Amino acid sequence: MSNTVAVASHPEPDNNYWTAGYGLKSWLLTTDHKRIAILYLIMISVFFVIGGLFAVLIRLELLTPAGDLVSSDTYNKLFTLHGLVMIFFFLIPSIPAVMGNFLIPIMIGARDLAFPRINLLSWYVFAIGGMTTFAVVLFGGVDTGWTFYTPYSSTYSKTAVGLTAIGVFITGFSSILTGLNFVVTIHKMRAPGLTWFRLPLFVWAHYATSLIMLIGTPVVAITILLVFLERVFGVGIFDPALGGDPVLFQHLFWFYSHPAVYIMILPSMGVISEVVACFSRKRIFGYGFVAFSSLAIAVLGFLIWGHHMFTSGQSILAGMVFSILTMLVAIPSAVKVFNWTATMYKGSISFETPMIYVFGFLGLFTVGGLTGLFLGALGLDVHVHDTYFVVAHFHYIMVGGAIMGYLAALHFWWPKITGKLYSEAWAKLSAIIIFIGFNLTFFPQFLVGYLGMPRRYHVYPDEFQIFHILSTAGASILAIGYAFPAFYLIWSLFRGEAAPANPWNAKGLEWTVPSPPPKHNFDTIPVVKEEAYDYSRLEEEVV
Amino acid sequence: MSDHRIPKRIYYLIFATLLLFTMITVEVAFYDLGILSFPVALGIACFKSTLVILYFMHVRYSSGLTGLFVSAGFIFLAILLVFTLLDVKTRDWQFQPDESGISLVVPF
Ligand code: HEM
Ligand SMILES: [Cu+2]
Repeated sequence: MSNTVAVASHPEPDNNYWTAGYGLKSWLLTTDHKRIAILYLIMISVFFVIGGLFAVLIRLELLTPAGDLVSSDTYNKLFTLHGLVMIFFFLIPSIPAVMGNFLIPIMIGARDLAFPRINLLSWYVFAIGGMTTFAVVLFGGVDTGWTFYTPYSSTYSKTAVGLTAIGVFITGFSSILTGLNFVVTIHKMRAPGLTWFRLPLFVWAHYATSLIMLIGTPVVAITILLVFLERVFGVGIFDPALGGDPVLFQHLFWFYSHPAVYIMILPSMGVISEVVACFSRKRIFGYGFVAFSSLAIAVLGFLIWGHHMFTSGQSILAGMVFSILTMLVAIPSAVKVFNWTATMYKGSISFETPMIYVFGFLGLFTVGGLTGLFLGALGLDVHVHDTYFVVAHFHYIMVGGAIMGYLAALHFWWPKITGKLYSEAWAKLSAIIIFIGFNLTFFPQFLVGYLGMPRRYHVYPDEFQIFHILSTAGASILAIGYAFPAFYLIWSLFRGEAAPANPWNAKGLEWTVPSPPPKHNFDTIPVVKEEAYDYSRLEEEVV
Repeated sequence: MSDHRIPKRIYYLIFATLLLFTMITVEVAFYDLGILSFPVALGIACFKSTLVILYFMHVRYSSGLTGLFVSAGFIFLAILLVFTLLDVKTRDWQFQPDESGISLVVPF
């Protein structure tokens, strides 16, 4: 304990990764995983703002039952671009490419990822994919929905579907490269003594995520490419007139995109494990179960995609099989939630900002997951498919779950990443604003969806208006809640107090190196002699 | 792992085999094998890609873990195909309510 503090109070000026080189070139050509994480952080933050602006316009339009703010065509483009940007350019890379990139090597006691140059390449590929999507906006946008359903996308849409397809195709490769890098790193570069069952659960979660990226992403990339080929060259894959099958598209798309929802949530779950253990001062209850449930989610996630297709003309038998299998995936998710709760039991809990986000995650993810089971029930889904009920479901998981986890991570590791402390008071305040704003935005959507409000329409019956007003009001609060961190975090960069090596008194190798970490993370590679989250031992030492 | 252990001869041999089977693919296309023509074409393609994976991609000389990852790719491909076919091939199956509950009417 005392020696780590000593390290932090004498940081060698040229030794940390921020000061290891100056100028744009030293950043754009870096192969340091920590700097690449920062590059990703900047880029996905920009995309988050852009995706958020689309959402603002959507919510404003929905304030009244008439289509008065934008035309129907524009509205279609707005929700398409919102979904595309938020999913492919924010949520999928968010925790893995920023936090995973920064933390995995340090957590496993390595000096970098296995393939540092491929890591940089993945960022450039991501940037090119992103620019292509910007170009789409300049060329008038795209209106197929983020799901690109055929035959609309392949035959009828008059918007820039081809260019969007290329953009998503390219971006997919950045995900594949990141996944590959993580898998190899976790297999090959663990410090001596760091066995699989001593790994932090954050690393397990990223391992499972990487497997999904490796197995799933090529499928969606090729599928989108096939849409492109059919549009441009008339190759008959999806168009029945050319001998194709439009429902085939949905199979191929959801084969990736259902598992992709776990790409978004698993890393968040990894974060929750770290934060819960730290602020309950306890080892994670049932470590092995939590670790294997990540793998179980990754594998089971590939068996249930047909629950998105119950009303698509898929056969009844397939619908029944997918419905039953869907129920299975709830088991590993529930294992995690129960184990986190059990971890808190008799722990000495403290309510720092990251922990507040964890509480947010636990409640909201549970609502999202349980409503997922409603949707997975074949009969019920026929009623609520393509309504706001579905919209509420996935926002509870993606915004309530995944983004809460991302914010927990950002606040938990911010002192490590930047070497600066942010204002706890402001951070707590905005965490609470976000929680309230979120629920006000999305809870009414369950109700209005159940009553029959379809998704992706901007003109609706008058009796639904009250729900939309609540939702838009909530979204305004949510927007304020999200704006705060941008200010106090950036402020902390310039005015914040210097962070010690281990501000939370947490376990894990990343807390043994100075904040911010030196360029090569470790002077000597550590030897690991204990399990993860050995908080009981830490407590004894301190007392 | 390293290239040095694999004699060049092996590469040429595999290359020749691939060429040979490419010619066979073309040749076979001229015969009408009925329902067999599809499995035969696929069989040849699978054989060729297996050679490429095992030798040109060095999987044969790599660790078991590499082999595991390669097979995992194919297992998930199989999942994709099986479940998609489960839909496509059963689209005209009917489930009808009757006195005994629900009965399944299969059109064959
Ligand atoms: C507990 C596990 C879950 C179950 C059982 C479940 C079930 C479902 C079902 C059945 C649907 C289709 C509803 C319909 O279109 O009629 C659906 C939609 C969706 N779910 Fe979940 N879900 C689960 C977890 C998740 C997670 C973890 C995420 C994201 C991180 C997620 C994101 C989505 C999205 C994005 C859609 C809508 C896709 C679209 O049509 O645009 N779900 N979910
Ligand atoms: Cu799904």
